[in-house]
Amino acid sequence: MALLEVENLKIHYGLIQAIKQASFEVNQGEIVALIGANGAGKTTIMHAICNLIPKFAGKVTFDGTDITNLAAHNLVSMGIAQVPEGRRIFQELTVAENLRLGAFTRSDKKEIAETLEQIYERFPILKQRSKQIAGTLSGGEQQMLAMSRALMSHPKLLLLDEPSMGLSPLYVNTIFDMIKKVNEEGTTVLLVEQNAKKALAIADRAYVLEIGNIVKTGTGKELSADDSIRKAYLGG
Amino acid sequence: MDFITTFINGLSLGGIYAMIALGYTMVYGIAKMLNFAHGDIIMVGGYTILVVLNLCGNPILATIAAIVLCVVLGVVVEKLAYKPLRGASNLAVLITAIGVSYLLQSLAQIIFGSASKMVNIANLGVLQVGSIKIQGYTLFTLICTIVVMIALTLFIRYTKLGKAMLAVSEDRGAAQLMGINANRIITITFIIGSALAAVAGLCTLMKAPSINSTFGAMPGIKAFTAAVIGGIGSIPGAMLGGILLGVVESISNKITVIAPYTDAIEFGILIVILLIRPTGILGKKRREKV
Repeated sequence: MALLEVENLKIHYGLIQAIKQASFEVNQGEIVALIGANGAGKTTIMHAICNLIPKFAGKVTFDGTDITNLAAHNLVSMGIAQVPEGRRIFQELTVAENLRLGAFTRSDKKEIAETLEQIYERFPILKQRSKQIAGTLSGGEQQMLAMSRALMSHPKLLLLDEPSMGLSPLYVNTIFDMIKKVNEEGTTVLLVEQNAKKALAIADRAYVLEIGNIVKTGTGKELSADDSIRKAYLGG
Repeated sequence: MDFITTFINGLSLGGIYAMIALGYTMVYGIAKMLNFAHGDIIMVGGYTILVVLNLCGNPILATIAAIVLCVVLGVVVEKLAYKPLRGASNLAVLITAIGVSYLLQSLAQIIFGSASKMVNIANLGVLQVGSIKIQGYTLFTLICTIVVMIALTLFIRYTKLGKAMLAVSEDRGAAQLMGINANRIITITFIIGSALAAVAGLCTLMKAPSINSTFGAMPGIKAFTAAVIGGIGSIPGAMLGGILLGVVESISNKITVIAPYTDAIEFGILIVILLIRPTGILGKKRREKV
């Protein structure tokens, strides 16, 4: 059984059908990428999984539990963490406060401190800036913080929405390395990306989303080699 | 010396405004709505004090009863009137809040009549230091204000719940993704705001022990003005705006020539501040997400 199963998801914005029909699954331990052009509905799907927006129809199952209608805040303690598009760190709080909010649903202070130490070890820059107001960090550092904040909840499944958006090529590499590492350490990843090339390079499997429909699926390698995908998303 | 007395009276009046303004600003910051029924919560608190004092004469019991009733009322109003409108247009919520305000005032008129009623509240006497005369209630209000401000600041800065409030205020969606129940945070905000309104009602009654159904209207509007002057959504801003407005009002009332124009001067300050700094003195300009 898949860790995350999305079946026949339909989402409407008023009269507009943003997602016409989407079914996909993410298995334990995988990195699955959802690629597609701007406006294809990637972020809509991410928001709908976490119930930040209402679904019109469909079913979402996580770890055997139906989470279709579960309130967003309940999903974190079940093991889902999302890094939303545009990072959305708490700009007015410090780096450390942001990280601690990531562990909001956990209560064991000692364990939280341990996770925090691990994150500081991995990203010494966050430790250096722990007392700094998060809004003053650079874009790449903010993305690092957003991912670390999500990891503070010890998720089984990490949802990443456009983690490379607006970052310098150097940071894009850092972030993708980080995703790979997190996955190797046992966290399952669902990744939404416009940077299809990078996404397919690290993904076990991928789905291609076109104006509200999933039109293709395959392993990262297969899709990288697919002619129509190359033309549409990988620059020929 | 007269000036010092006037100034201290102003600080105390400002404390009342600040306590009410905190309710406006926190609800705005967290629920993103203007709760125009907030002033009428003060009125309900005032009437509760009146009733309990007439029943048993114990001012402490009366205060506790007022706080409890205001908190319950605040939560009920939020659940019944505002929560169903989450996601609706701002205008719908605003009109609903004004509706709740009229509802509470009308209910008070039905129950207590439209004539003002006197409240026999404890007289705390006068404190005299040299030639400076300070009324007991002035001192009491100042102490309440200081305690409230320190407690609230510590709560927001140093508790997990306080941080969660800041998070919801900045980005509700992102806060929910942290596992924070935004609805619960909004309820807590209404609880704090309503409790402060009850305390403000008590302080107002000690100063002028008479109450009618529009008891909370003027302090409510002044406090809202204070919250906007300080920067709506900002807690230190509400404190600063409240104190500023109270001091201005107190001093202006002491100067015979301008005393009749005190209200105009206060609202004039609002206009000037908004022209110079549209976000208020301590308000931050938030970047809109593109």
